[in-house]
Amino acid sequence: MSDLHSETSVAFVRTEQVPASPPPASTSGLQGWLRENLFPTPLQSVLTIIMGAIAGYILWLALDWAVFHAVFTGESGEACRGEGRQDGACWPMVFTRFPQWIYGFYPVAERWRVNIVFLLGVLSLVPMLTPTLPYKKFNAIFLLGVYPILTLLLLTGGHFDITASTWLTTFVFVAAVVLPILFLGFVAKIISPALAAISSAAIAGAAALLLVLFSIDFGLTYVETSQWGGLLVTLVVAVTGIVASLPIGILLALGRRSQMPVVKLFSVAFIELWRGVPLITVLFMASVVLPLFLPPGTNFDKLLRALVGVALFSSAYMAEVVRGGLQAIPKGQTEAAQALGLTFWQNMGLITLPQALKLVIPGIVNTFIGLFKDTTLVGIIGLYDLLLIIQTANTDSNWAAPQTHSTGLFASAALFWIFCFGMSRYSMFMERKLDTGHKR
Amino acid sequence: MKRTLLSLALGAAVSVAGISAASAGTLDDVKSKGFIQCGVSQGLIGFSNPDDKNNWTGLDVDFCRAVAAAVFGDGEKVKFTPLSAKERFTALQSGEIDILSRNTTWTMGRDTSLGLVFAGVTYYDGQGFMVKKALGVDSALKLDGASVCTQTGTTTELNLADYFRANNMKYEVVAFEKSDEVIGAYDAGRCDVFTTDQSGLYAERLKLKNPDENVVLPEIISKEPLGPVVRQGDDAWFNVVKWTYFALLNAEELGVNKGNVDDMIANSTNPEVRRLLGVEGDFGKGIGLENDWAAKAIKATGNYGEIFEANVGPNTPLKIARGINALWNKGGIQYAPPVR
Repeated sequence: MSDLHSETSVAFVRTEQVPASPPPASTSGLQGWLRENLFPTPLQSVLTIIMGAIAGYILWLALDWAVFHAVFTGESGEACRGEGRQDGACWPMVFTRFPQWIYGFYPVAERWRVNIVFLLGVLSLVPMLTPTLPYKKFNAIFLLGVYPILTLLLLTGGHFDITASTWLTTFVFVAAVVLPILFLGFVAKIISPALAAISSAAIAGAAALLLVLFSIDFGLTYVETSQWGGLLVTLVVAVTGIVASLPIGILLALGRRSQMPVVKLFSVAFIELWRGVPLITVLFMASVVLPLFLPPGTNFDKLLRALVGVALFSSAYMAEVVRGGLQAIPKGQTEAAQALGLTFWQNMGLITLPQALKLVIPGIVNTFIGLFKDTTLVGIIGLYDLLLIIQTANTDSNWAAPQTHSTGLFASAALFWIFCFGMSRYSMFMERKLDTGHKR
Repeated sequence: MKRTLLSLALGAAVSVAGISAASAGTLDDVKSKGFIQCGVSQGLIGFSNPDDKNNWTGLDVDFCRAVAAAVFGDGEKVKFTPLSAKERFTALQSGEIDILSRNTTWTMGRDTSLGLVFAGVTYYDGQGFMVKKALGVDSALKLDGASVCTQTGTTTELNLADYFRANNMKYEVVAFEKSDEVIGAYDAGRCDVFTTDQSGLYAERLKLKNPDENVVLPEIISKEPLGPVVRQGDDAWFNVVKWTYFALLNAEELGVNKGNVDDMIANSTNPEVRRLLGVEGDFGKGIGLENDWAAKAIKATGNYGEIFEANVGPNTPLKIARGINALWNKGGIQYAPPVR
């Protein structure tokens, strides 16, 4: 090669590569992006301009209402009344009432307890939801076992009336319900006698521990649930519904696909019953009809009634979502598991459910978000959830003004959106993370 | 497992919340638990509403405080249960609350077939009309040909039809589903007249852009007597509630108020006042309370007139005139039997 060069007279030999020229201005940078996405053809350009104008107009109206014409300071509704002040949002109402929106009628001096509950919730939930962090097992035990009891004790203050009859009732209940289930399981050869004995002992022990814990006086003021309200109630109802509905829903879904007729019948009946009635009816039954059936003087806590209703209702929906995922798993997976000698629960826990649940993450989160928004229905049975407590400003003569109502609704929409959008983004993150089977 | 969870929860609930067993009488129950559980509305301007410091205010609320003061001598020994319209009667029937003071209209059906009794009328309400001052109308009888904004599916619409037909007038209905839409439409000038219960008219007027340019017409075209309700067949408690109401009225009639009640006890020579305040006679004992029960109630909330003025009267944002809620000797129909 070198010979060739030296012998032949060549005017110019390029020794290095030509640097790449920048792409034409029309295809790169902001201009290129605009051209490609907003103005590729004349028709698209016209549509872009029209839609842009509409979007801009709406945005302008919203900003005009929420910022430019809004009132930001004031002591009462009078500040949001009068020429030039009643065409925009009335924010001082929001500022004054915000603590009440968070804590409801929880006594001001005791609000630190709610703060601790919120703080502990965030501190344990965030590491739980971050896949890279360790100690998931301990975290889950704390979050599902310790945290709810801690929350109950902190929020109510303890002061449960635990007497000898409470002990008796609890153990009769445990004996009447747990033992037959374990016995049936033993007869059906799902659980071994040793396991049955251990689990009965564990359940009885847990019940005893709880009763002992509940009878200790922690020196906290008793705050009854009727004083809870606002975001606190919304979160209590939503989180209880979410946490309870997933495991119960999975069990119901498995039950519905079961070969055992009694289990199958029970699951189908449960699902169809709860799915067939509106949530409002469930809440009304819990709050209005149930007290009439009970012996006079028995007083179920209203919030607890709503919690049980919401949990059962959402479990039925969750069961069908999970069943959708189970249907999508080919039978070969189960057969392969059986060929390997895995038991039913091993197959479910290791093979089928991980795949099925991964498939239905969007459906599960959809149900969660729906449930979160449905919590506003508890307002009709007199529980002050976030929406209802925001609307009480509308019936406060101190804040009666033309824009009070719309400002309250705008604020509640914003608060709900933050929570729902958060759930939605987390679900997308989990989907991407778990999308292992379909990667090419 | 799901059954286990459920029954554990239920079992815990029964033991946790199982409060006093049912009872000989509400009065004894109330005395032994140390407070009154009072059912109020979830928010109605002037009648019951939680303010931003969690304090309940309003006419219905103050009545419960007066009863609490009559029983315990302390108007704060009362807990409020906000109830929706649909669950209010069940809450009373099931014993969840001791007294329902929630702008509830006294009707024959409710009084006779629900196992409840009304103890009095703390506010005489009724359907009224609101018009813009600029319209120059001073009587509902001059509303011939008007367009009327109202809520759909309420008795309001029926009363409206009856009234206009009875007076041989034409009208046009502009109906909406929600009360906020109705008031919005009226404010935007889509109709001449806005009709609902009169206390509601005053409350909604506050949400108008220029409240003072609107006027509530004097005519009332339906009867809506609002009052406290208790369980039927519990006469001791019924008497306490009924006579607390009467005591508040008698106090106003006799000129006893929050400020002068102590002075009246010490110095009044009027036998009626002395009987009311328990200086003479054993009337308090007769309803199972202390003899100075009425004095305690008045000290806590003031007499009926003071309660009215403080919550809905002309000096409040609602600016409701006494009208038929004035005492019988001042042109109204509020009348109480004497303490004798």
